[in-house]
Amino acid sequence: MNPIVNVASVTKSYNKNIVLNDVNLIIEKGQIYGLIGPSGAGKTTLVKIIVGMENADKGSINVLGKKMPDLEVLQDIGYMSQSDALYSELTGEENLKFFASLFKLNKIYQKERIEYAARLVNLTDELKKKVSAYSGGMKRRLSLGIALIQNPSVLILDEPTVGIDPELRFSIWNELRRLKEKEGKTIIVTTHVMDEAIKCDVLAMVRNGLVLTSGTPKDLMESYSVSNLEDVFLKAGGKQL
Amino acid sequence: MRTRALIKRICQQMLRDKRTLALLVVGPLLILTLMYFLFNSGENASSKLGVVNIDKSTIQLIEKSDIVVKEYINATNRAITNDKLDGLLELKNGKLYLTLTNNDPSRSKELQMKLNQLLTAKFQQNKNMGMPNPIKPDIETKYIYGSSETTFFDIFSSILVGYFVFFFVFLISGIGLLRERTSGTLERLMSTPIKRREVITGYLIGYGIFAVIQTLIVVVYAINILKITVVGSICIVILINLLLAFVALSLGILLSTFAASEFQMIQFIPLIVIPQVFFAGIFPVESMANWLQVIARFMPIYYGADALKSVMYKGMGLSDIWVDILALAVFAAIFVTLNVFALKKYRKL
Repeated sequence: MNPIVNVASVTKSYNKNIVLNDVNLIIEKGQIYGLIGPSGAGKTTLVKIIVGMENADKGSINVLGKKMPDLEVLQDIGYMSQSDALYSELTGEENLKFFASLFKLNKIYQKERIEYAARLVNLTDELKKKVSAYSGGMKRRLSLGIALIQNPSVLILDEPTVGIDPELRFSIWNELRRLKEKEGKTIIVTTHVMDEAIKCDVLAMVRNGLVLTSGTPKDLMESYSVSNLEDVFLKAGGKQL
Repeated sequence: MRTRALIKRICQQMLRDKRTLALLVVGPLLILTLMYFLFNSGENASSKLGVVNIDKSTIQLIEKSDIVVKEYINATNRAITNDKLDGLLELKNGKLYLTLTNNDPSRSKELQMKLNQLLTAKFQQNKNMGMPNPIKPDIETKYIYGSSETTFFDIFSSILVGYFVFFFVFLISGIGLLRERTSGTLERLMSTPIKRREVITGYLIGYGIFAVIQTLIVVVYAINILKITVVGSICIVILINLLLAFVALSLGILLSTFAASEFQMIQFIPLIVIPQVFFAGIFPVESMANWLQVIARFMPIYYGADALKSVMYKGMGLSDIWVDILALAVFAAIFVTLNVFALKKYRKL
């Protein structure tokens, strides 16, 4: 079976600063793939290259069997950026509607998806409020809702749970799991929180533009013979030094 | 449909931001009104005078006082405008006639005053020398444009209407898109399957709607409340202003690409917007140094102001100002195209 996302020897640098150095990733259908690493490791750049918002200097990226960047594939990618890119003068509902229109959803389906996305991120009662009146967590949730609006088969979420309270974080992860199991969606998540990393099917540890190690959380812990992911990360990083 | 969604969103945002909306309309009105009360005079460079049937000694006298003289056998108003004369002095049946172009009323007044002084002095001199029937210095004055009542504001205002439409549209469209860049929403937008040209079209139309409304209000206010003279067609005046607004819109969006913050956007005003006012015809471009005249050709306002002055003050029609219209359209086309390329910064495709 073809992988959903195939990143092959991607290198990227900004002004001679190497941000990604020969990165290879293969992400299969129905996986929750975690990119874990400290801030500044290159996770966001990697994610942007996968979406096609940045060009790789070297290497190739295939998503859903198409070489990126590709506009058609974007219809099938739900992207949530690290910053809450929302229109603060508009209400939550208007934000959702705007993005739904960009994906050319028809009126009826649009309504259905807006209801679904709002319910999922627990914003149904706040939809009529302007985003400028939202709290940080609410904005984060709305961003996640927008990423899901067109029912994409691939979800790319850049630090989705920052500033979200533990209870809602728990329910979001449950939903991600459900999306993966019931709807066969492929989900790429970046995080620097270890207790989220352990919920991923496959993990890639990124530091200084390099993928240090990858595998299932269990395999990683076994191969480094440690009992938690944090130690894996430290050990993998140490090997590098 | 994506473009329509974008337009709808921009309208929603603008209508919620009442203060920006107010600035867009009230700003130009306020400044125009202020200018209306402030302006009544202006200043000058060396004039060009045509003469018919004037004796050599008088011509020499006129030339001495820094006026360029050109002799004609006979001359029509057409010759005056074609040769870009400031005026024509004629001697017919022993009487002096002065026709003033009145392109610039302050200039006309100065020319008229100088000639009066010269001819009076000459008359005294001839009389003292005992010359029979010296020419009396009673000059009968006619005007090609305007009248002796024309004030500086009448010309200035036609230029200002265009300038302020340009300025405010530039400011608001530039900052509008900049906000979208800094808040990350533009990047978010570019992660959807929207095409780059759809984004630019959406922006041009979305902000364009408000630019049109602003232009209409400013023009109607200038004509009906400030009583600015419009000799030519009001429709053409509106057309020129709309074109100027469109150039400003596309330029504002383009320059916001090169600004990292609102503050940096404001820095473009003294760099890009203010210098244009110097080439708008408030200071006559024809009397500038050659290299400055070349620079003027690269300023959209230069064409807009020339067209506005021609229509509002001189009553010319589309056939006389098509070069200006074309130049503005070319500016807009260039800026729009550059915009589509500038978005590559966010997504190469």
